[in-house]
Amino acid sequence: MQGSALLLRMRGLQRLNEVSTSKIPKEPASRMVTILFDGIAYGMLLFILACGLSVTLGLMNFVNLAHGAFALAGGYITATLMNRAGFSFFLCLPIAFLFSALIGVALERTLYRHLYDRSHLDQVLFTIGIVFMTVSAVDYTMGSGQQMINIPTVLRGRIDLLGGSIGVYRLFIIVICGLLTLLLQLALVRTRFGSRLRAAVDDPRVARGLGVNVNLVFAVTFAIGSGLAGLGGALGAEVLGMDPTFPVKFMIYFLIVVTVGGASSITGAFFASLLLGIADVAGKYYVPKAGAFIIYAIMVLVLIWRPQGLFVKGATR
Amino acid sequence: MTVALETRNLVKRFGGLVATDDVSIAFQKGVRYALIGPNGAGKTTLINLLTGVLRPTGGAVILEGADITGMAPHRRVQNGLARTFQINQLFPEMTPLQTVGLAVSERQGHGREWWRLAGGKREVIDEAAAILERFGLTDVMGAETKVLPYGKQRLLEIAVAIACRPRVLLLDEPAAGVPEEERHEILDIVGGLPDDVTILLIEHDMDLVFSFAQRIAVLVNGGLFMEGAAKDIAADPRVREVYLGEGGHG
Amino acid sequence: MTDIAAAAAVPQISPAADARLMLAAAARWRWWEFAVWIAALAAIVVFPRNLLLLNEIAILALFALSLDLILGFAGIVSLGHAAFFGVGAYAAGLLGKFGYGDPFLGLAAAAAVAAVLGFATSFLLLRGSDLTRLMVTLGIALMLLELANREAWLTGGADGLQGVTIGPVLGLFDFDLSGRTAYLYSLGVLFVLFLLARRIIHSPFGLSLRAVKQNPLRARAIGISVAVRLVAIYTLSAAFAGVAGALSAQTTQYVSLEVFDFIRSADVMLVLVLGGVGYLYGGIFGALIFKLMQDYLSAITPQYWQFWIGLVLVILVLAGRERIGAQLTRLFAPLLRWRRA
Repeated sequence: MQGSALLLRMRGLQRLNEVSTSKIPKEPASRMVTILFDGIAYGMLLFILACGLSVTLGLMNFVNLAHGAFALAGGYITATLMNRAGFSFFLCLPIAFLFSALIGVALERTLYRHLYDRSHLDQVLFTIGIVFMTVSAVDYTMGSGQQMINIPTVLRGRIDLLGGSIGVYRLFIIVICGLLTLLLQLALVRTRFGSRLRAAVDDPRVARGLGVNVNLVFAVTFAIGSGLAGLGGALGAEVLGMDPTFPVKFMIYFLIVVTVGGASSITGAFFASLLLGIADVAGKYYVPKAGAFIIYAIMVLVLIWRPQGLFVKGATR
Repeated sequence: MTVALETRNLVKRFGGLVATDDVSIAFQKGVRYALIGPNGAGKTTLINLLTGVLRPTGGAVILEGADITGMAPHRRVQNGLARTFQINQLFPEMTPLQTVGLAVSERQGHGREWWRLAGGKREVIDEAAAILERFGLTDVMGAETKVLPYGKQRLLEIAVAIACRPRVLLLDEPAAGVPEEERHEILDIVGGLPDDVTILLIEHDMDLVFSFAQRIAVLVNGGLFMEGAAKDIAADPRVREVYLGEGGHG
Repeated sequence: MTDIAAAAAVPQISPAADARLMLAAAARWRWWEFAVWIAALAAIVVFPRNLLLLNEIAILALFALSLDLILGFAGIVSLGHAAFFGVGAYAAGLLGKFGYGDPFLGLAAAAAVAAVLGFATSFLLLRGSDLTRLMVTLGIALMLLELANREAWLTGGADGLQGVTIGPVLGLFDFDLSGRTAYLYSLGVLFVLFLLARRIIHSPFGLSLRAVKQNPLRARAIGISVAVRLVAIYTLSAAFAGVAGALSAQTTQYVSLEVFDFIRSADVMLVLVLGGVGYLYGGIFGALIFKLMQDYLSAITPQYWQFWIGLVLVILVLAGRERIGAQLTRLFAPLLRWRRA
């Protein structure tokens, strides 16, 4: 009825993130370790991808359905630089961060900031528009296929750990994302920027009165959030797959991380990501028939049980 | 005299803060009450407990002999307990006619009738028109509420509550923001209500309080400090000390 | 009307009579409303080659109308309205596949199934913020998508539901290749349901919905049970969407998983916003604009027309939907007699 090949692919939510799970060992105990490990790696990736959204949506109350577009930008710049210009993967990671951060800050300054005080409906419509444009534009310029990222030989192969077999690349993801998480938490709690952000989110007018440059704080926050998504896109392209419809396919996952995690802190989003990652990988392995159905069902139940999020203290009103 | 509305050992805690502290008070049918107390004494919390916006931590609310402690707010209205808000709560894109007409039609039980055009019931329209006329809103009844001057909106706020035909009416600072010269107009209208309606007025303006209320309840720190006839309260040295003293010298 | 006669007999009109006239005027049909429906009917003669497209427009208009009932009149933002369209489509499609191809039976079944789903899920929307509602509606549509995909023995899975056979409308009019019967059938259903919706929004119940949307606190304070009203309108809206889905299944004799798609939920929201929220004709005008735009754009750039749709959305929001709406209303006000002077 819609008559568009692109649309038909965009609807492929049921084929959502066929996470390429590592070769799973047969022996139950070591199998469990491997699944747990893959789940953690996947969850860490989700956190890096979604933590920017947990600030804009969770703290600034701005419904940004286009957050995945920044991850898309990071994934595509990495693939392009590696495949066409021969850049090293490790060099591409910071470039992906900067590239997406730049796009993010440009969008924030020109467009998004006009929408902070608009209705949620307007924000939804606007960001859906951005998603439509991104998906079509990327498809038009880069083609509709998967972007291939050849991870360096150093990161290939598997090692044995705790009785399970673990992919080196997944270990790399866990280490990088773990470090970033620590850094983020420290930056939010320990630095002056962190306290300014919290003040700006709490009450922009009061923060302005205290001499905080609220616009700058929001812009920097947005840039970092977009940059991290870009980095996540670069890191995750191999695991999650990267094609033009990425923002649509993963939109629901990012939203789950934020809403289930709760708006109060990034720790909530972190635990929600881990939970989602492990549940998704384990679910796909143990109950492949049920698929993502269980994930959505749990999300709906959690939202009804605790509308403010699972990891918020005293959330019930 | 019969009791219209009563609280028994009503308690409301927000975390460690006690906003309503063991309040037991009985409001007699047809009597005009005023509820006074310094800022933060818990007046609005008490109103919210009475109307069901908040659930009490302990104690009971009794309306005309029936326990309504757990009753939903809209059911209390249907049972004769209406209120006005300190800050106008109106329907910005509806006209005064639609607003009052809706309140009347809901009270008469036509609210779920989806097959009939609004405005078709003569008894609804006649009553709505009469209320609008009483409040001097007839000439603006077709204009959207959001374009009305503040004074008219304030009158509409009370008119809507009246349209619920309450037996107990809670007025949360009805004259707030209204210029001095128009304040008595509002209270005159309220004072003209049928004698069997019990009215509880929250107000800071002592002139208004004493010109309106027959009895006065004084709240201090969430607890009922004193309740009595207006002239006794005015004369009581302790009340003057905790409350009137502040305003009296100012 | 005797009321008018009575009012005219009295030298000066009483406030009550005036009030009655004022309320009656709000529900009166305007000339341009007649024009819309006459044009829709005349399209059969004027555009005999485009009847399939017109059929799609009528179905999309009904779908958008169903969204308007909750978004425009109750303020519920949904990202998963396709759930109801989808179950309606599968209900009618499956009936057709298993030998119960009477069109109206299919419509009734679709409406019933969608209404039950709407009723059951409406309770999930009563508490919580816009964001929770967005996520819950989206989640339910995605769950149904997953379910339809897994239960391929029933739904045909990714290949779609095939072998749907629909009998003639009223036992007389077969669905033909030109789409003439399909369009007339869809338009007829749209018209009937539109009349129902129009009646409802001008009823005391409809007025109470507007009150709930504009200020739930005050709505409760005049004795309105907000929850009951929201459940009622959400159920009705779901039934409308289910009928739209059934029309789609019956006139194309095919149902695909796409009916539950997020993109479909997003599109219908866009359609409604294009046409304007909260006055019932928004869905019809929006469907017309959207389908024509899609038809025109996909002729130029077959795969990438979605880009332009996105651009329209972005511009629409940046320019201020409500401001544009207000400007248009002001512009056409004298022409359309929106309000009684």
